[in-house]
Amino acid sequence: MEIRKTAVAGTLESSDIMVTIRPNPGKGLQIELESVVLSMFGDEIRKTVEEVVSSFGIEDAVVELQDKGAIDCVIRARVSAAICRAAETKFDWSAFDPENGREEA
Amino acid sequence: MGKTALKRTSLYASGASPVNLLQARFYHEDCLVYDLEDSVPIAEKDAARLLVYHLVKYQRPTDKYVLIRVNGIYSEFIDEDLEAAVRACPDAIRIPKVEYANEVKRIAERITEIEKKAGLPVGKIELWCNIESYLGALNAREIAEADPRVVALALGAEDYTASLRATRTKEGLEIFYARNLVLTACRAAGVEAIDAVFSDINDKEGLMKDVALSKNLGFDGKTVVHPRQVDVVNAAFTPSAKEIRYAKRVLDAVEEGKREGKGAVTLDGSMIDKPMELRARTTLAQADAAGIAY
Repeated sequence: MEIRKTAVAGTLESSDIMVTIRPNPGKGLQIELESVVLSMFGDEIRKTVEEVVSSFGIEDAVVELQDKGAIDCVIRARVSAAICRAAETKFDWSAFDPENGREEA
Repeated sequence: MGKTALKRTSLYASGASPVNLLQARFYHEDCLVYDLEDSVPIAEKDAARLLVYHLVKYQRPTDKYVLIRVNGIYSEFIDEDLEAAVRACPDAIRIPKVEYANEVKRIAERITEIEKKAGLPVGKIELWCNIESYLGALNAREIAEADPRVVALALGAEDYTASLRATRTKEGLEIFYARNLVLTACRAAGVEAIDAVFSDINDKEGLMKDVALSKNLGFDGKTVVHPRQVDVVNAAFTPSAKEIRYAKRVLDAVEEGKREGKGAVTLDGSMIDKPMELRARTTLAQADAAGIAY
C-alpha cells in the first residue's frame, strides 16, 4: 500500500491519539512521538505503530503521533484509519480471514 | 461477575470517542451499545468503525451484553459496518430504523456470509431491531419473527413521532400506541421489548415517571443516552423486596395447593389465578437475573 497524501485520524481528547501520516518516498519509516506517558510507554507505542504500518505493507512514511494516553487497541485503530485515509483506500476487512491467511498486527 | 441476562438498561457510547467508549463500561448498565450511527459525524464513520472493531474485539467488558449499532440499512455505510461488526464478535448487532421483515432477513443473510468467510461460528450474533417509524411499528410482529437471530425490538421514539408528524412530549401520550404495539409484538414473538429513550438527561423525576410507565406496561428494559440515567432505570426494573416477598408467597401457596390437590388456591383471602402466578414467576425471574437472594 502506498501513502499518497497527508492524512490525520484521532483527536487530542484524553485516551485518544492524533495520528498524522505523510508520504516519505524512498526514506523509510520515520516515527515522531509526543506522549503524556512517553517515559513509561514510548517504546511500546513505537513498536505498536511499526507493527500496524508494516501489516499494511508500507515501508516509507512519516508518522507523527500526539498521544493523550491511548491504549494499544485505540492506537491500532487510529493508525489504521490514518493509513487508509492517506492511501485513499477502504480498510480491507477480509484481509485477515482464514482463506486469506494474513495475520492481524 | 458473569455476563448479565438482564436487559434493564442499554447505554449508547459514541464510536467517535475513545474516552466515551472506555468509560461507558464502568457504569452499571446491563447492555453497552457501541454506536456507529447517530453519534458519529459522517466524516468520522471510517475511523469510528475501526475504533469500535478494535475495542469490542480486544477490550470488551466481560460482564455486559455488548452490542454494536450500525448505520441504517440503506446508508452507504451498512456494508462496511457489518463487515467490521461481525468480525468484532459482539453479542448483538443493533439495526436502526427497521420497517420490514425482509430487511431483517437480508441483514441476517449478510451476517451469515461474513461469519462463514471469517471462520466464525454461524448464528451466534443476535439482532436487535430498532422500531423508529409508523411502518416499523405496524410491522413489528413480522420483524420480530423474521429471523431466529432477532432477540429484541427497541422503540425509538424521536424518529417514530417525526414519522407520524406528532409532537414529542415528556408525558409520552403520542407514543403510547407504539409502545403497546411493539410490546405486544415482542410477547407474541417471544423476544425482549426495550422501551424508548427519555431524552431530558437533567430531569430525574421525569425519568422516574417514564420508566415506571415502561415497567408497568411490561417492557424488559429501556435505552438510555447518559450514564446518569442508568441507576434510575435499573432500580425501576429490579423487583423490590416487598414485590419479591409477595411473589414468593403466591408461588408457595400455589405449590401447597397442588400438594393438597386443591382446585382453587387463596392467599390473604383472595383467589390466586393464573395471571397472578405468571406475574409472580416473572418477578422472581427478574430477581434471579439481578442476583437477588430471597
